[in-house]
Amino acid sequence: MGSYVLRRVLQMIPVFFGSTLLIFLMVYSLPGDPIVALFGDKAADPAQVAALRQKYYLDQPIWKQYLHYMGNLFQGDFGTSFTGRPVSEIMADAFPVTIRLALMAFVFELVVGLTLGVLSGLRRGSVVDTVVLVLTLVVISIPVFVLAYIAQTVFATNLGWVTPTVQDSTDLSQLILPAIVLGSLSLAFVARLTRTSIGENLRADYIRTATAKGLPRRTIITRHLLRNSLIPVVTFLGTDLGALMGGAIVTEGIFNVQGIGNVLYRAINQKEGPTVVGIVTVLVIVYLVASLLVDLLYAVLDPRIRYA
Amino acid sequence: MPEATRVRWVLAAATSVALVASGCGSSGGGGSSSSDASKTFSYQSSEPQNPLQPANANEAGGGRIIQNLFKGLVDYNPTDATLRMQVADSIDTSDAQTFNVTLKSGWTFHDGTPVKSSNFVNAWNWAATVTNNQINSSWFSDIQGYKDVHPESGAPTATTMSGLTVTDDTHFTIKLTTKVSYFEYKLGYIAFSPLPDSFYNDPAGFGQNPVGNGPYQFVSWAHNSQVVTKSYPNYQGVDKPKNGGVVFKMYTTAEAAYADLQSNNLDVMDQVPPSALATYKNDLGDRAIDSPQGAIQNIGFPLYQPDWAGPEKAKVRQGLSMAIDRATITKTVLQGSRAPASAWVAEGVEGYKQGNCGDFCNFDPAKAKQLIQEGGGVPGNKLTITYNADGGHKEWVDAVCNSIRQNTGVDCVGDPKVDFKTARAAITGHTVTGAFRTGWVQDYPLNANFLADVYRTGAASNDFGYSSPEFDKLATQADQADSIQASATGYQQAEAVLQQDMPAIPLWYYRTNSGYSTNVQNVVFDSFGNPAWTQVEVKG
Repeated sequence: MGSYVLRRVLQMIPVFFGSTLLIFLMVYSLPGDPIVALFGDKAADPAQVAALRQKYYLDQPIWKQYLHYMGNLFQGDFGTSFTGRPVSEIMADAFPVTIRLALMAFVFELVVGLTLGVLSGLRRGSVVDTVVLVLTLVVISIPVFVLAYIAQTVFATNLGWVTPTVQDSTDLSQLILPAIVLGSLSLAFVARLTRTSIGENLRADYIRTATAKGLPRRTIITRHLLRNSLIPVVTFLGTDLGALMGGAIVTEGIFNVQGIGNVLYRAINQKEGPTVVGIVTVLVIVYLVASLLVDLLYAVLDPRIRYA
Repeated sequence: MPEATRVRWVLAAATSVALVASGCGSSGGGGSSSSDASKTFSYQSSEPQNPLQPANANEAGGGRIIQNLFKGLVDYNPTDATLRMQVADSIDTSDAQTFNVTLKSGWTFHDGTPVKSSNFVNAWNWAATVTNNQINSSWFSDIQGYKDVHPESGAPTATTMSGLTVTDDTHFTIKLTTKVSYFEYKLGYIAFSPLPDSFYNDPAGFGQNPVGNGPYQFVSWAHNSQVVTKSYPNYQGVDKPKNGGVVFKMYTTAEAAYADLQSNNLDVMDQVPPSALATYKNDLGDRAIDSPQGAIQNIGFPLYQPDWAGPEKAKVRQGLSMAIDRATITKTVLQGSRAPASAWVAEGVEGYKQGNCGDFCNFDPAKAKQLIQEGGGVPGNKLTITYNADGGHKEWVDAVCNSIRQNTGVDCVGDPKVDFKTARAAITGHTVTGAFRTGWVQDYPLNANFLADVYRTGAASNDFGYSSPEFDKLATQADQADSIQASATGYQQAEAVLQQDMPAIPLWYYRTNSGYSTNVQNVVFDSFGNPAWTQVEVKG
């Protein structure tokens, strides 16, 4: 187990280098000149452009820029944005907001999604099952921004329960609505995955054995059925945590949440290399760690899976 | 529909209550209620792209914050765009080349230090120096000695410009390299703001925590969230704040801001989102704003390309201009957010002359066809219009193309570039072969800005490669005029030259489509598209 984790962590190193290099190249190959764009509609003064290029190290060939960036990174310096703020500070502001939002969405989809999935899976064909199926179908087929605008209009403009946008991104209670919207799509997937998985396992031999042994129904469901049925769901949830963090751009925009999505969107628009590379690198690491956790969880859920 | 009706009912009720209240002895005029000068209001903004240094802010997000924290020698009256003295008591010149500045006494920075001549001169020298990396450094290029601190290449040979001399604490002179009769107008730009002595200890730190001399002082900057300011009690300007401060709230989308405005979580917004253009006047009633802006949208031509270089092609451009149905497009596709242009200078600007485009901005398909034929037709009988796809231009470019296609039989298609910087790279790199979208937003509300900076030979924003000896001669004459009025008239004559060459087709003028919440009143927008900040009243 220990050596397995160590191996996986070591594997992350080349992935880390590869992904930073790729992102660096991608930002570099974005069309347009970020320095000239700083001047907006007005003509850029050539002497000033040259001086600014030198300041941001953009007058060097791409490989030198990359080495320079990586060199600084290992000294804990993520570079500076055009606003003159260190990228590490920008990330320290924005990541906690997005992590909170993503975790709230995650908990919401986990709790509600699993409950709905188990209920409908156990009572296939019942009214509950049909209702869950129809509701999840509706959620899956509606794009997230439509859901967000509906939620905003209904709960803020019409009912007045909340403000239309988040006034303070560090206030958890204000993040509830965006989190529900953000988590709703995955919730539908979780519910449907759980339902199918439970339905299949209900007919498995070990459930019949357990029932024949005379185990109480509650024990059968929680100990045997649920544990075995969760493997595909856990796989989905693991990758979804990363997707929630990176994919919150639309939701963050509509509710004006000052998280990583908004920062990343602006940085890409401005072709602000250090900010984009820094944020995406952290997102890649989140993804890698989440998938490692998923793999470890498999072993917990199914004793037949062992890591040597 | 029912929603809109409900809103209007509430409004009607609110107004009548206010009317009753004012009838009972309140001093306010029709419909206004009493205001509280200590209360702040919020404004929709975007995160500044650069540190908050006056010469480093050229985009709206940082610019409008700087504008409130600092006050230069002069500024522009928000109602009629005329020049008014602020820190300057007078700016005298006898030859439009040497300007003697006298400062008013009593002005102080927010840290209590007095505003002296040296605060201006040192700030300008610092900002013009190329190694200090200020985006607006080229604004000082008129001043003698600029080339020493800002050479075209290599390191600067001086740290001060020879054209600036401090006489004493309240007097200094500015010497320019050539005559610029409207130089005073330029001085209203934020890049010419004074800086306190403490600035030079830590310019980068200052950019995060600026100390100005304007109507509002800096309180805090929660990045990506808000910038808080409060009114400065010792402010000496003619526009004393009638409110307690401005809170700049950062929004990434105008839709989010509009939703907040409707629920009174935001007080004044910048520009309503395109999706609300059709409904905002209904939604907001008398709190909706629709006022002119000093900005114009044009279609430019690459006169450096052989296809468009010939003198006879001017007729083709005139014809194309006459084939565009501006009135219909602004009303339908642009939903009234623009007004048809009849000149190269935007409406409301000092020196604006309506109809200075001649007949060529009038819609006349028959004449259009005839002119295009006389000019030998559009090369390949097909016109492309290059534009940036990220700026909401697709709809009107398609409409303009439809207009041209239907009325002249010339094929016309849009050529979207992925974003603004890509489109600019193609245009400034002279790789465009067809027409391209271009525009001009005023730096200062004077017609010279729309003409000299765009159409003069070799001007920095002359994207067309346009060169007309006649235009240049008239512009130079206007620069040497002895008053701003004479200069403006001179530039009107230069503008008329553009009729015969048509380097760019004027399309329409921008308008400010905005609104405010029920918490504030007396919101008036200037031609920059900014509210008259200090005049906004917050209801008590």
